[in-house]
Amino acid sequence: MKRSTALQLRAGLAAVAISSFAALATPALAEGKVNIYSYRQPDLIKPVLDAFTEETGIETEVLFLDKGLEERIAAEGENSPADVILTVDIARLTKAKEQGVTQPLDDADINAALPAEYRDPEGHWFGVTRRGRVVYASKDRVAEDELSYADLADPKWKGKICIRSGQHDYNLALFSALIAHWGEEKTEEWMKGFKANLARKPSGNDRAGAKSIYSGECDLAIGNTYYVGLMMTNDKEPEQKDWANAMKVIFPSIDGAGTHVNISGMALAKHAPNKEEAVKLMEFLASDEAQQIYAAEVFEYPVMDGVEASDIVKSFGDLNADSLPLAEIAKHRKAASEMVDRVGLDDGPAS
Amino acid sequence: MLKTGDPSRHAASAASWKHAPKTKRDHHPGALGAASIIAAIVLLPVVTLMVIALSGSGADWPHLVQNVLPRSSVTTLALLIMVAAATASIGVTGAWLVVAYDFPLRRLLAWALVLPLAVPPYLAAYAFVEFFDFTGPPQTALRALFGFKTGSDYWFPDIRSTVGAAVVLSSVLYPYVYLTARVVFLMQGRNIADVARTLGARPMKVFLRVLLPVARPAIVAGVSLVLMETINDIGAVEYLGVRTLTFSVYSTWLNRGSLEGAAQIATIMLALVLALIFIEQWARRKQRFHGARATHMKARPPRVGLKGWRGLLATIAVLAPILSGFGIPLYIFGGYVSRRLDQFLEPALIDAFLTSVVTAACTATITVAAALVLLNAVRLSRTPGAAAIVRLASMGYALPGTILGLGLLLILTGFDNLIDGLMRQWIGIGTGLMLSGSAAAVVIACSTRFIALAEGAIRSGLDKLPPHLDQAARSLGRTPAGSAREVLLPLLRPAILTAAVLVFVDTVKELSATILLRPFGFNTLATYVYENASRGVIEDGAVAALLIILTALVPVVLLSRALMRDAEATQI
Repeated sequence: MKRSTALQLRAGLAAVAISSFAALATPALAEGKVNIYSYRQPDLIKPVLDAFTEETGIETEVLFLDKGLEERIAAEGENSPADVILTVDIARLTKAKEQGVTQPLDDADINAALPAEYRDPEGHWFGVTRRGRVVYASKDRVAEDELSYADLADPKWKGKICIRSGQHDYNLALFSALIAHWGEEKTEEWMKGFKANLARKPSGNDRAGAKSIYSGECDLAIGNTYYVGLMMTNDKEPEQKDWANAMKVIFPSIDGAGTHVNISGMALAKHAPNKEEAVKLMEFLASDEAQQIYAAEVFEYPVMDGVEASDIVKSFGDLNADSLPLAEIAKHRKAASEMVDRVGLDDGPAS
Repeated sequence: MLKTGDPSRHAASAASWKHAPKTKRDHHPGALGAASIIAAIVLLPVVTLMVIALSGSGADWPHLVQNVLPRSSVTTLALLIMVAAATASIGVTGAWLVVAYDFPLRRLLAWALVLPLAVPPYLAAYAFVEFFDFTGPPQTALRALFGFKTGSDYWFPDIRSTVGAAVVLSSVLYPYVYLTARVVFLMQGRNIADVARTLGARPMKVFLRVLLPVARPAIVAGVSLVLMETINDIGAVEYLGVRTLTFSVYSTWLNRGSLEGAAQIATIMLALVLALIFIEQWARRKQRFHGARATHMKARPPRVGLKGWRGLLATIAVLAPILSGFGIPLYIFGGYVSRRLDQFLEPALIDAFLTSVVTAACTATITVAAALVLLNAVRLSRTPGAAAIVRLASMGYALPGTILGLGLLLILTGFDNLIDGLMRQWIGIGTGLMLSGSAAAVVIACSTRFIALAEGAIRSGLDKLPPHLDQAARSLGRTPAGSAREVLLPLLRPAILTAAVLVFVDTVKELSATILLRPFGFNTLATYVYENASRGVIEDGAVAALLIILTALVPVVLLSRALMRDAEATQI
C-alpha cells in the first residue's frame, strides 16, 4: 500500500539538491488507485477502505491533514493527486465547495441512497455518517431524562455545565443550527445564559467532559455520541468505562425539531486524476455494506435510511435528528464564531 | 538545497558589485551572495503571508478589535512574560549550577536537564491535565488523606488556565535557555571571574555582576527561542483553554473563513516579536564581551564542591524541572505504553521512526550549514544591515507552524506548477508536483522553521569569540575561509553541536508544517501521535510519543557528553 518512505525521502532530497528534472519521478498514479485527502483519521476509515479494496481491487492511499486541506488542493491546482476528499464536519465540506476544489457528481446510486438533507443540492458533497451533539448527564446528580438545548441556559444549571472550546467545529455547527432555527438574537441570549451556567472555562475535548462528570466537576457536558461508545468499550484504559458509566446520554431537541447532528462526508476533488475509481469509492461509501461497517466500528449513525446503528449506540436512546438541511446550517458558521467571541463563551463563566 | 540557486547567486553578487561602494568588504561576494540567497529562501514564505495579509479587505477588524484582540493580546503578553521569567530562571540556574559546582548526581543531571526538550508542548499539556486532574496522583492522594469524595469538596489549582499554560510551556521549553546558557558558561573565560574574585567579590556577586551580564546575549537568544515557540504554539494552549493571539489566527482563518485576516494578525505578531528583539539589542548596544585569548575560551575555573545540605539543595533544584517537564509526561505516557508494548513492533511505527530520524538528520545538517553561511556573511561584512537581514531570516519561527506552512505551500506549488507548465510546453512531459509532492517539501519546511534555532545557538557562541582571533589568523596569512575552518569552527564546536541537536529534536517533534506538506505515505512519529490524539485516543499514540522522546534522547546524550569532554579536557 505504501512505498518506502526512506526511498521517497531520498528521492525528494535528490530533487532539491540537484534540482534536475531527469531524476524526478512524479508521484506515480498507478491504475486502479484512489488518492484520498482526509480530515478523518486513517485508523477510522481503514476498515471500510479495506473492504472496498477487497471488493474492487482498487488500492487506496490516504493523506491525513488537520488544517488547510482545501488550501493545499487549491494550491496544487491541476496537478493535484487528490481524488476524494473526506471530512469530519459539515463546514469543511462547504468550504471545499466554496474554495472550488470539488466537482459536482450526479450519481443515481448515491442520490438514491443518501437523504437530501445530508448532501449538497448541487452534488459537491455527501454525508457518509452522522453523529449527534448531545448532552452527557450525571446518572447520580441529574434527575431529568429529557432536556432541550434551550434548557441549558436555565439558571438552575448554574456552575454545572462543561464544554470544549466554543470555537471547535462541533460546537460551531451546533450554534449554527441554533441560529438557523432561532435567529441570531435569540441564540445570543441563549449563549449568554449558557455561558453563565458553565462550571469552568471551555477546554479539553469531549472525553474530558465525560471525565468531569465522573469527577463531580460538572453535572452536564456537551459531547458527540460516538465518544460514549468508544469509552464504554475501551478495554485498554478501563477507567474510561467508569466515566461512561457515571453518565447517561440525553438527546436534546431544538424546540421539538430534533437533535442537532453533524456529518462526516465526502467530495470528489475537482482535478481528480482517477475519477472513475473515485466515483466507485464514493458509491461504495454510500452502500449498505460500508454504512454497516462504519456504524459498527466507530459508533456513528449511518446516514442511509434503513441501516441500523450498532447495539451500543442504540442503547443510548432514540436519535430524532433535526431535518434542517446541513447546507443551510453551515451558512451561519461565521456568525456563530463571531457570536462565541462576542459573548466571550471561551472566557468561561466568571467574566 | 543550498546549491540550487548557483546561477542566480552569481547574478546577485554581480549586482551588489555594481551598486555598492568598493570597499574591502566587497571582497567576499561568494559568501555574501550565498547568504542573501538563503535569507531570501527563508523569507519567501513570510513575504507570501504578508502579501496575503495586504490583499485582505480589513473587514475582519471591527470584530477582531472589539471582541477578540484586546483579551487575546493581554493573555498572550501575560503568558510570554511568565514563560520568559520562568525559563530564564530555570535555565540559567541549572546551567550555572551544573557548570560551576559539583554536587551529587551532577553528571547525570547535566544532560537530564535537556530531556524535557523532547516532549512536544501539546503532549505535555495533555499529560499535565491528566496528572493534576481529579483522577491524577496528587488529587487522589489528597482525597485519600482527607477523606474527600468529589471534586467540589476541596480546592485545587486548575492547570487549564493561563498560569497553568505558563507552567506547562516553561517546563518543556526551559532547555533552550539552559543549553545556550550552558554553552556560554562552558566557554566562559576564567579571567574575568578571577579578576573579580581577586578584587574581593564573593562567588554569588561574581555570578550576578560579572558572569550573568556576560552571558546575557546567550540567555536572551535562548529566551527569544522560547518566546517564539510560545507564541506559535496552538496545541497546548487550545487544550488548556487559553486564548492567545495564535488561537485567534486559527479561528479567524478556519472558523470565519478569512485567511487574509489570519495573515494580518500573524504579521502583527511578527512585528511585535521583531520589535522586542531589536529593543533588547538596542538596550545593550554598547556592551561587548569577549575573552582575551583563545585559551581563555576553554579554560574554566575548577568546580566548587557542594557538600551536605548545600549539595542536596543543588540536586533538588536541578531535579525539579526535570521531574516536571520530563517526569510527568513520562509517568502519564509510560502508563499507556505499558499496556501497549506490542505496538513497538508495528511496521507502521518503525517506518515512522525511520522517517523521523532521516528527516531530522537532513534538516539539522541543512539548517546548521545555512546558519553558518548566514553568520559567516555577518562576520565578513560587519554591517548592521547584514546582521538585521540574518535576524529577519529566522523570524518565521515565531509564526504559527501551519500559517508558515501555508506560505511555503503556495511558494512550492507555484514553483512546481510553473516548471511543470514550462516542461509541458518545451518537451511535452510534465514534471508534476516536484517539490510539493515529495518529502523535500517537509525538509524545506522544517529547515525554514528551525533556522532560527541553529542561527540563535551558533550566534550566541560566535558572540563570545573575540574578533581579534579571526584578525590574528588572517594577518598570519590565513584566508577568511581558512581562518573560519581552522580557528573559529573548532572553537564553535559546542555551539554547532547544540544547534544541530536543537534542530534535530525540534524536527522530530514538528507537526503542523509536516502534516500540511507531507506526501502520501509519509508518516513521522509526530504525525503518528497526532492522528491518535486528534480522534481523542491519545493513549494509542503513547508508544510513538515515547519513541519521540527516546529518539531525541540519543543526540541529547551525545551532545552532553561531547560538551563535557570538551570542557573537562581543557580543565586545568
